[in-house]
Amino acid sequence: MPKVNGASLLRGLIGTAGLLVVLEAAGRLGAWDTERLPLVSTVLLRAGELLADPEFLVSARSSLTTWAFALALTIAIAVPAGLLLGMVRPAEVAVRPLIEFLRPIPSVALIPLVILMFSETTHMRITVAVYAALWPVLVNTIYGVRDVDPLAKETLRSFGFGPASVAYRVVLPGAAPFIATGIRLAASVAIVLVVTSELIAGGIEGVGVYITIAASGNRLDLMIGATILVGLFGILVNAVLVAGENRLFRWHRARTEGVT
Amino acid sequence: MLELVDLGHNYGSYRAIDRVNLKVAQGEVVCIVGPSGCGKSTLLRSIAGLIKPTGGTVLLDGKPVDGSPENLAVVFQDYSRSLYPWMSALANVSLPLRRRGLDKKKREAAAMNALDQVGLSGAAAKYPWEMSGGMQQRVSIARALAYQPKLLLMDEPFGSVDAQTREELEDLTLRVCAHHGMTILLITHDVDESVYVGDRVVVLSKAPGTVVGDLPVQLPGPRDQIHTRELEAFVRLRAEVGRLVRGITPYRNTHGYGVETR
Ligand SMILES: Nc1ncnc2c1ncn2[C@@H]1O[C@H](COP(=O)(O)OP(=O)(O)OP(=O)(O)O)[C@@H](O)[C@H]1O
Ligand SMILES: [Mg+2]
Repeated sequence: MPKVNGASLLRGLIGTAGLLVVLEAAGRLGAWDTERLPLVSTVLLRAGELLADPEFLVSARSSLTTWAFALALTIAIAVPAGLLLGMVRPAEVAVRPLIEFLRPIPSVALIPLVILMFSETTHMRITVAVYAALWPVLVNTIYGVRDVDPLAKETLRSFGFGPASVAYRVVLPGAAPFIATGIRLAASVAIVLVVTSELIAGGIEGVGVYITIAASGNRLDLMIGATILVGLFGILVNAVLVAGENRLFRWHRARTEGVT
Repeated sequence: MLELVDLGHNYGSYRAIDRVNLKVAQGEVVCIVGPSGCGKSTLLRSIAGLIKPTGGTVLLDGKPVDGSPENLAVVFQDYSRSLYPWMSALANVSLPLRRRGLDKKKREAAAMNALDQVGLSGAAAKYPWEMSGGMQQRVSIARALAYQPKLLLMDEPFGSVDAQTREELEDLTLRVCAHHGMTILLITHDVDESVYVGDRVVVLSKAPGTVVGDLPVQLPGPRDQIHTRELEAFVRLRAEVGRLVRGITPYRNTHGYGVETR
């Protein structure tokens, strides 16, 4: 599990701020036509303003909802499937080739097909995002289930617990740190695909749609501002999930790193 | 209550145990000693229904064992791997008590009591990875004792504690089991321990393990760590078990046991 400490966070912030200052100075000194490509300060200002812009907020809420649904659906499909495939060897053997075939197919390449399949744009976006986000959760869950100590399972069996209890009380909690990592990766992937499908397939609402409209109006400041907000949201989600993992799975870190 | 008939097990082509025959009566404490790698853990796993032996049968109360029997608890040799790192010591000990149909309060009270008996009442909230090896081992003993099984299987349960704690745990186990009428099968490397704890000592040969000695321990009870170990009968029996474990044929002369021969 990645661990962020105060010092490295500070250094990252200083680095980012330094780069922004250099870009701002270059823009002001006439390194490019700031009518076309706006200054850093302008973009950051726009990004701040967007957070209070009702039109953008409608789009943001739409994207957020799509993303949340996609992630929930991903978890609801991939975790049970991963538990099953991880525990039942023959099932995994049977399905493995299919997984290896489907996994490398870029989700974006499926967008034209999915557009034809769904009349509702939200359903289309969710499908595309779920398709991409499914794999990290599925693969991590299978791996996590495999990693559960056989003796931990045997212990519960020896006390007379049945397979369902063993799955629920040992396999699930034992695999949980891996599943959580998969979900964290899936959360980022889903953000990318929700916005991408909005950009490619269009629609009425969505941050991707907002960006497209800003582009057609030649508003690079709004485009980049909105893009920055998407990026910041990704960082925020990741940080929250990492913090959650560190809190919940202290036992796992202690075991794998030998420290508390 | 427990009967092994011609029990044998192969790992692939490797024969781990061979034709083990053993009968254990209700309430008896039977110690199994044997050299490392002779198949003691394999024997215990077969009884617990965790592996399906490739030959012979395990009978519990006259019925063949299929899967894990009811009312059985195991203290595993790898105690640290058999504890759940995501649970506190208390939660680890109370988990199996769900099988007893107790509510949460009763489970925790029973678990707390067991932890107290093994001297860990202060560490109930600790996680296994915050504990020393000896403490973890005591948690796994507490878990088995709290469960109050009819048959308790213990695989070298006192290996990681200091000598004095070990003696205390031996006495505790005997006391608790006698109180609840449990039957115990205890595996140990320690010849002294087998004679002190057991009503009977069963000796397994080098691999593939098979029974080469089955000695009743007739010592005046109740056992006491100092006095019992001083008794002439104890010393003699210990020597006899020691010879059997080392594969030295006991040699009886007119003075009893003594001269070692090959
Ligand atoms: N799962 C397994 N697969 C293959 N071989 C095994 C397996 N488990 C044990 N063995 C082998 O079977 C033999 C007996 O093992 P077992 O663990 O029963 O011995 P033991 O008497 O308990 O030894 P120790 O006193 O060191 O604990 C050993 O030679 C071991 O290598
Ligand atoms: Mg062993």
